[in-house]
Amino acid sequence: MRIVVPVKSVPDLVEEIELTADETGIDREYLTFVLSEWDAQALEEALLLKDAGGAQVVAVGLADDPEIDQILYTALAKGADAAVKIADASVAGLSGPRVIRTADRAALLAGYLADQPADLVVTGVQAADDLDGQLPATLAALLDLPHVSVAVSVVAAGGSVTVRQEFAAGRSHELQVQLPAVIGVQSARQAPRYAPITRIRQAQQAGGLTEVAVSPRAAGAGLVVRRMHRPEAGGHAEMLTGSAGNVADQIVGLLRARGLVKG
Amino acid sequence: MNDEVSSNVMVLAEHTGMQVSEGTYELIGKARELASALGGVTEVVLLGRRAVAARLDGADIVVSVEHPALEEYLPEAYEQALLEVLAQRSPRLLLMSNATIGLDLGAALSVRWDAPLAGYVSALEIDGGAVMATAKILGGKVLAEVELPGERGIVTVLGGAFSAAAGQLASTPEVVDVTPPAGLDALRMSLRQVFEADGGDVDISSADMLVSVGRGIESQDNMEIVLELAGALGVPLSASRPVVDAGWLPKTRQVGQSGLKVKPKVYLAFGISGAPEHLEGMRNAELIIACNTDPGAPIFGVAHCGTTVDLFDLVPELVDKIRG
Ligand SMILES: Cc1cc2nc3c(=O)[nH]c(=O)nc-3n(C[C@H](O)[C@H](O)[C@H](O)COP(=O)(O)OP(=O)(O)OC[C@H]3O[C@@H](n4cnc5c(N)ncnc54)[C@H](O)[C@@H]3O)c2cc1C
Ligand SMILES: Nc1ncnc2c1ncn2[C@@H]1O[C@H](COP(=O)(O)O)[C@@H](O)[C@H]1O
Repeated sequence: MRIVVPVKSVPDLVEEIELTADETGIDREYLTFVLSEWDAQALEEALLLKDAGGAQVVAVGLADDPEIDQILYTALAKGADAAVKIADASVAGLSGPRVIRTADRAALLAGYLADQPADLVVTGVQAADDLDGQLPATLAALLDLPHVSVAVSVVAAGGSVTVRQEFAAGRSHELQVQLPAVIGVQSARQAPRYAPITRIRQAQQAGGLTEVAVSPRAAGAGLVVRRMHRPEAGGHAEMLTGSAGNVADQIVGLLRARGLVKG
Repeated sequence: MNDEVSSNVMVLAEHTGMQVSEGTYELIGKARELASALGGVTEVVLLGRRAVAARLDGADIVVSVEHPALEEYLPEAYEQALLEVLAQRSPRLLLMSNATIGLDLGAALSVRWDAPLAGYVSALEIDGGAVMATAKILGGKVLAEVELPGERGIVTVLGGAFSAAAGQLASTPEVVDVTPPAGLDALRMSLRQVFEADGGDVDISSADMLVSVGRGIESQDNMEIVLELAGALGVPLSASRPVVDAGWLPKTRQVGQSGLKVKPKVYLAFGISGAPEHLEGMRNAELIIACNTDPGAPIFGVAHCGTTVDLFDLVPELVDKIRG
């Protein structure tokens, strides 16, 4: 079974996000980029499928994504069999504030998958910077494949996969899905494995990244971003300041006033 | 097939068995407002459970498709049925929840119905005939105001963004039946089993107060300090999704879209950023007190009181003062 795992870097949300001067995108220059956490879950689920019954796992990213080499080498160090970069600089719209064009990303990946078909595509259910849709369903629609999102378990079963799809309040459905298919992973059956730095270095030295050019599938109509802005700092929270001890006193005072702490 | 785009606003009803989700009423309420601005009516698509139509009295028209494959939610079956409904009814806008069903169908319908999609939407209005949406991206750290160009569009809406009461009216909608498309008999997936939620040791949704912890706690070992605080207060410990995914607390303690909705008198949040999926589960708490070292954390947008003191300094102080 050939499993393709599309991966993407997103701004590290621990940092302050700066907007571009025209306020229609994110200023990427000073941001740190990390692997989208749901893609990390998808890669783990793919590696679990490989561990369970043998599969070839291929991690695929876009060549112009920040930190993509490091992300792909890490995927190799974790056990991916191959890592591919799709050259994307030529695609119009991808060089600007491209964080919002999930549709363009899907068009490129669909082009790659049309050339190099997969039995199973597993990718993150969403990415923090998606705005015009999520990759799994977009890809599946472009390739006319069945798809399931918000998966919390994917197990191979002959020519199909058994997928657990999650809903609110802990309800879930178990689905049988014919291959080829696209699955959007919410969380893997276990926490993503750790790649020791020595293994990542070995992967870098081995230099196993392949770069390919593809013809993108046509992407649908996009949105027009009129303006981006940050929510008002602090919102409506009254900020409690002072030492930890002072703040603790204020919080305990609030709880006492409501009769939730005795004394 | 109907090539003429109507001015109607369509909502996909979400239901488990006969129970219509709260989010469906939120969408119907908003759809009524938008439809009146556009000069159209509100249509609600009801798949697989025609009997639920009686509970959708905020709708002007209920469009029903009946087929055994639609009895429970099944992504491919819903997609095919919706494409048929969209082709026949040509609404101006389709609204869905930005939860599992919207994440499954929104982007696929955007490609197959050829309409722009805005996801993570928290505000929606008609501005001079154009559909304008505000979307929360980057975990709620950025709001994007977008226009959906063209003559039709799809919007997936965050839970809690709009009032549910506005979608619950005393009226009797007309029910229109749509013949199920043939594709429903040749699906590439099937539903094997439905799992109901496990009952937990404690029910966090009935607690007066919750101590809630997020990824800021960093490790399982550190969970000790928040457990101690919950113990000192005599209240349950709840958490954001990553803490549950890491296996540090059971699923029954998860607050949010894919966890439980809670409405305690006090919600104490430590090291939780306030992603839209988390806020959905706790924004209606009476008093929200948030501790997060990042002053730009979106949790401060819903908290009543906040502090940027480090949780590892604050929590032990709280324990000491409560124990007295
Ligand atoms: C379909 C779907 C459903 C989802 N359902 C849910 C759900 O039900 N519930 C849910 O919670 N999430 C849900 N999520 C995940 C959600 O998108 C976020 O990823 C998640 O809520 C983030 O959890 P967090 O705030 O604990 O972690 P983070 O976003 O990583 O935030 C950690 C915070 O801790 C702060 N911090 C770090 N160190 C300290 C310190 N020493 N002291 C104080 N603060 C500190 C940081 O500043 C940061 O803001 C869902 C996602 C999807 C796609
Ligand atoms: N291992 C645990 N996992 C989750 N919750 C716990 C755990 N231990 C204690 N709690 C909860 O934390 C609160 C305080 O527990 P205790 O410290 O045992 O008094 C209670 O609501 C317990 O249910």
